[in-house]
Amino acid sequence: MSDQTGSDVAVAMHGIVKRFPGVLANDHVSFEARFGEVHALLGENGAGKTTLMNILYGIYRPDEGEIYIKGRRVTIRSPRDAIRLGIGMVHQQYRLVSTHTVVENVILGLPGNFFFPDRAARRKLEEFSEKYGLHVDPEARIWQLSSGEQQRVEIIKALYRGAEILILDEPTSMLTPGEIDELLGVIRRMAAEGHTVIFITHKLDEVFDISDRVTVLRQGKVVATLETARTDKPSLARLMVGREVLFRLEKRPASVGQTVLRVEGLHALNDRGLPAVRNVSFAIAAGEILGIAGVAGNGQRELVEALVGLRPSTQGRVFIKEQEVTHQPPRTLIERGVCYIPGERLIGLVPSLSVAENLILRNYCQAPFTQGAFLNYGAINEYADHLVAQYSVATPSLKTPVKLLSGGNIQRVILARETCRAPTLLVAAHPTSGLDVGATEYIRQLLLAQRDQGTAVLLVSEDLEEVLQLSDRIAVMFEGQIMGILPADQADLETIGLMMAGAKKMSVPEVV
Amino acid sequence: MKGWLSLRLEKRLAVPRWLEYLTLALSLLLALAVIAVLFRALGVNPIVAYQRIFRGAFGSLYGLSETIVKAIPLMLVGVGLTIAFRARVYNIGAEGQLLVGAICATGLALACPNWPAWLLLPGMFVVGFVGGALWAMIPALLKARFRVDEVLSSLMMVYIASELVNYLVYGPWKGAKEMGFPYTDKFSPSAQLPRLLPTRIHYPTLILAVVSAVLAYLLIQRTKWGFEIRVTGENPEAARYAGMNYFTTVLLVMLLSGGLAGLAGVGEVAGIHYRLRYPQGVSPGYGFTAIIVAWLARLNPLAVILTALLLGGLLVGGDAIQVALGLPVATMYIFNGVILLFVLGGEVFTRYQIRLEWRRKT
Repeated sequence: MSDQTGSDVAVAMHGIVKRFPGVLANDHVSFEARFGEVHALLGENGAGKTTLMNILYGIYRPDEGEIYIKGRRVTIRSPRDAIRLGIGMVHQQYRLVSTHTVVENVILGLPGNFFFPDRAARRKLEEFSEKYGLHVDPEARIWQLSSGEQQRVEIIKALYRGAEILILDEPTSMLTPGEIDELLGVIRRMAAEGHTVIFITHKLDEVFDISDRVTVLRQGKVVATLETARTDKPSLARLMVGREVLFRLEKRPASVGQTVLRVEGLHALNDRGLPAVRNVSFAIAAGEILGIAGVAGNGQRELVEALVGLRPSTQGRVFIKEQEVTHQPPRTLIERGVCYIPGERLIGLVPSLSVAENLILRNYCQAPFTQGAFLNYGAINEYADHLVAQYSVATPSLKTPVKLLSGGNIQRVILARETCRAPTLLVAAHPTSGLDVGATEYIRQLLLAQRDQGTAVLLVSEDLEEVLQLSDRIAVMFEGQIMGILPADQADLETIGLMMAGAKKMSVPEVV
Repeated sequence: MKGWLSLRLEKRLAVPRWLEYLTLALSLLLALAVIAVLFRALGVNPIVAYQRIFRGAFGSLYGLSETIVKAIPLMLVGVGLTIAFRARVYNIGAEGQLLVGAICATGLALACPNWPAWLLLPGMFVVGFVGGALWAMIPALLKARFRVDEVLSSLMMVYIASELVNYLVYGPWKGAKEMGFPYTDKFSPSAQLPRLLPTRIHYPTLILAVVSAVLAYLLIQRTKWGFEIRVTGENPEAARYAGMNYFTTVLLVMLLSGGLAGLAGVGEVAGIHYRLRYPQGVSPGYGFTAIIVAWLARLNPLAVILTALLLGGLLVGGDAIQVALGLPVATMYIFNGVILLFVLGGEVFTRYQIRLEWRRKT
């Protein structure tokens, strides 16, 4: 990358390094955006896009590196500094006071007239509405507005504070298709007026719809900065996901048995009540691993929760060993041999309870752990002792609260509990996220061992390498749908990358 | 150089036992120090006041017996609250559940005065338990079904219960022989609990309270329902994941805590007053004071036996200084409030590590 700061460069970031405990979020990242440009920042989850922009907006301080705004070297300590420098940011989660009006939100926190602070603001709002197409009723209360209108308020807020450089963090993730078109129109007009727009996304279509240039981040590093017009989707997809394989696993060919899980046309809603899983169908047989790849937030979490009984499904049916289990509570599924390694470790554990108590968390009410009404601590400790040894959980004692164990050992407690009873179906969500190489390898081997002993495994992971390594078949999810299911030996990064970014869909083969 | 002192809280991973006791002791000491300022302002030497309180509560056989008398309802209610609070169900309405327990027992005592004592007294405890439990069921169902905040709903139910008592003692149940006082008639002898004479200690209720503390301890630590209560309180998401039913857990803990508060109400009318009286006459806020009892006990039902005696002593000692030093009644409410504030505030020090940092502004 060029390190000269030309007169048309609005933002220049050089050699930015940001470390979080155990993670290098930005590894000597350099980034430039020009005046009047829409610059897309493309990458998978965890690639470091948002971290980089949070540094620019003063939410984080970089460990190393320099920032230049309009050619002048600056230190940005807080969003207040960033706003003073003409930088605005619209976060994925809006930061609005829902019971206040639009105009009140816009002027919130600014000095102004004590009595009628909103008079000047109203004029400005009309001006923005005309100039950029940012139409919104100044008197409406935030809770009455749609997601797209709320986003407009956020943009107006930034513009009102004099933003010339506007950062939009995945701005389309909560919008309807119509609202997306309107947003893109607004962005074009702002760029035409000379504003710089930095557009964080993981969707390839959007990159081509709106951006002049694109910078691709992967695992905290910049892989390329390109003129959008001079590249194409397959090359961008490859840049986004391509990575070196860290280590190889011995993997025996799968000996597939009978169908264990069959899902037919499943639909489910997310926490905000919007459709998150749409018409998903697939099947998994005993002794195989089905991997689900996809960028986070495309319905994987909701799908998994619906399968293990933690989220109601709105339509469709689920069968385990040809018995219908749709709408069954978690307890019934546990009894049917459905084991679940949740993506967030805290869901699977009670931090202040002991290792032994956490090891029986899901089968505490079965014999021999419960006799009549009483817990049989003798049997519980014996069982726990056995598991701690078998899974080499490093713990001072069985009575130690699990919160005192390291991340890898906490995950071993969950794994021990969920895999020791030869489950019928094992659902593993992000089983290695945040773990070091050793723990990761141990867990991957364990999942393969489960497969080899005849368990049907559903693996959901944002780590594409993991999905490719472990899975026998790979399904890709995008916006709640399955874009396609490929046998692992036919899966190439390009096809999967395109499907992950919603740019390619293949007809889903009939259930095996 | 300009700058400011910033205070940062970091979550502690392990909380050593000694630290818990140390913060508890320091919290109590600090509370006493703050209240000392209050005594000073009222023109009373705090050392003298504390001496009077201690002597009033524990310094004589009479004082000690009265301390136990007040500890009985505190113990019953406090034990119930430890169960509810363990599941993070904040039943603040024990006062109301206590009153409803008293109403139900009174109803039975007035309706069947001629039943023999061996039948009538247990019957009164049973209906008292059921009454308190049902009263607690209303906020419990609202919480479990519609996620209504139980703090508000259970508190509101206190006022309804209180007005219900008022209505009964001024209205349909007003005693013919009570010379216009808002009391019911005196219970028949078979509806009166035996006392450890010459004190007012109604020992059957005391035994019931101690037994309930032990049973509650076993319930929480040793049974599968206790396991469900603990898991739900510590991590509701994990409880769902483990296939536990949030609905039944909330109902169970509210039923038990309401029922135990109801028993306390029965003890008061059948052991102390032998009649139902206006609400403040039945309970001077035992249901609220028991919240402090439960927290001081760190939600351990066995420790409630001790903390109930401590708070009972404070009530008796408070009466003593009211008489001896001419202090207003409200003094003791402030006393209790300050103690709760410091005990709860002290939790910050056990949960978090506190760091002070000097930040420079350039």
